[in-house]
Amino acid sequence: MTGPVIHVEGLTKCYGTLCAVDKVSFDVPQGSTCGLLGGNGAGKTTTLSMLLGLLLPTSGSIRVLGEDMLKHRYRVLARMNFSSPYVDLPHRLTVQENLSVYARLYGLKERKQRIRQLAEELDIAAFLKRAYGNLSAGQKTRVGLAKALLNEPDLLLLDEPTASLDPDTADRMRGYLNAYKLRTGATILLASHNMLEVERLCSDVIMMRAGKIVDRGTPAELLARYGQENLEEVFLDIARDRRREDIGSAA
Amino acid sequence: MSAALYPFSPARIYAMVLRYIYLLRRSWPRVLELAYWPTMQMILWGFITQFMLSTSSWLAQASGVLLAGVLLWDVMFRSQLGVSTVFFEEMYSRNLGHLFASPLRPYELVCALLTISLIRTLIGVGGAALLAIPLYHYSIFSMGLPLLAFFVNLLVMGWSIGLLVSGLVLRYGLGAENLAWVAIFAVAPVSGIYYPVSVLPDWLRLIADLLPASYVFEGMRAVLFEHTFHTDLFMRAVGLNVLYLGFGIAVFLGVFRAARRRGLLINVGE
Repeated sequence: MTGPVIHVEGLTKCYGTLCAVDKVSFDVPQGSTCGLLGGNGAGKTTTLSMLLGLLLPTSGSIRVLGEDMLKHRYRVLARMNFSSPYVDLPHRLTVQENLSVYARLYGLKERKQRIRQLAEELDIAAFLKRAYGNLSAGQKTRVGLAKALLNEPDLLLLDEPTASLDPDTADRMRGYLNAYKLRTGATILLASHNMLEVERLCSDVIMMRAGKIVDRGTPAELLARYGQENLEEVFLDIARDRRREDIGSAA
Repeated sequence: MSAALYPFSPARIYAMVLRYIYLLRRSWPRVLELAYWPTMQMILWGFITQFMLSTSSWLAQASGVLLAGVLLWDVMFRSQLGVSTVFFEEMYSRNLGHLFASPLRPYELVCALLTISLIRTLIGVGGAALLAIPLYHYSIFSMGLPLLAFFVNLLVMGWSIGLLVSGLVLRYGLGAENLAWVAIFAVAPVSGIYYPVSVLPDWLRLIADLLPASYVFEGMRAVLFEHTFHTDLFMRAVGLNVLYLGFGIAVFLGVFRAARRRGLLINVGE
């Protein structure tokens, strides 16, 4: 396809007088990894939910993989997937059963083979037969990623993809996601609090605060713009509403 | 066209039914519970029947009327629970976000819920009905084909109530889940399960006239006492059921859309 994989225009979600996302517009080009960065309540998860069609916007438009998500979401849902620590899988089902159900929902033909392949790649083979509810938080995160990758999505939406993973596993997962993107040409949009993760994975970063986009650029551009050495400092500047001019004059 | 693009996919419905069967298979207390209450009810009413047979000339004409009533009532009760409690499982496990970010359509979930409700009802009430044969020498299956007509009508009425309850719980959260247990008992007194609706006061009979169940139980007594199947009663039950099932599905799908507006698919809970 030509054009951006995600095209969002004037996206707004209000609950009464409170706007969780307020007139947000952005594009995400094909094959890129874009990070949505912001503090709690910045509107990252709300934005991801609207991109998935789980939440209807108050106003604005969303095009994903060339389709209008408000009118034709079912044309693209099979080409997308997501993982989020805020959405769970049935606890009493085993990992294998959970993945098998979702493989069927996504219409996969070679289900067992795909599950086996992902189980090996994401190192979850040892607990395929265990109930999902009996897994540790880190193991659940990896199973969530396996579910998100079942259909080899063209667009992967990840909400805190390495939450609860130890540094070693988190690093391997980031490496895996990078390799996946390079192999398939997929586009990744991830929301995270983990600045290291964003610096390592993202070619483009959208900074959000109080439902609005307050800045955007490559990690290098943002570092230069805020005169900081790492994205964590940039994040703190934005979260605490320290203006670029203030930072410049203080320096 | 890719299977994921089909607006209606039996494969996706099967996937969801499989998900609920996995759940049943993983939890023997759930399977036990399915058969437990219908069996206990059947045993209780079996003894009541035995006691009353010696004192009631009405009961003596058709000794199985109370047992048939309790078993058919359980068809409706189990089919309602089969829809609503299974839907609650998705809310307990906070799984709705994953489901509806997949190609699964809401009406396919409805079809899966109705299918698993049928399976659960057959397991639960079927077991009790079979047990009544050696225990009380009463076989509800002796009613023949009319039994199928009664079963289907009560199953569908249970589905309608189950979908309404599920919609309300999706809208108001799991704090409202007790509706699943109390909703159906609101119609029990006016359904004429154990007595003819003619005993009801006029104003309650008006309500009974609006319930498919009241026609089913009247029809059941006609079969047992008069050995006659009243097609008119059956048709009224079918007509009302078509209306109520349509209403139940419309409410569920309407609430589902409202849930997408309110963000309830990702923030379910109490």
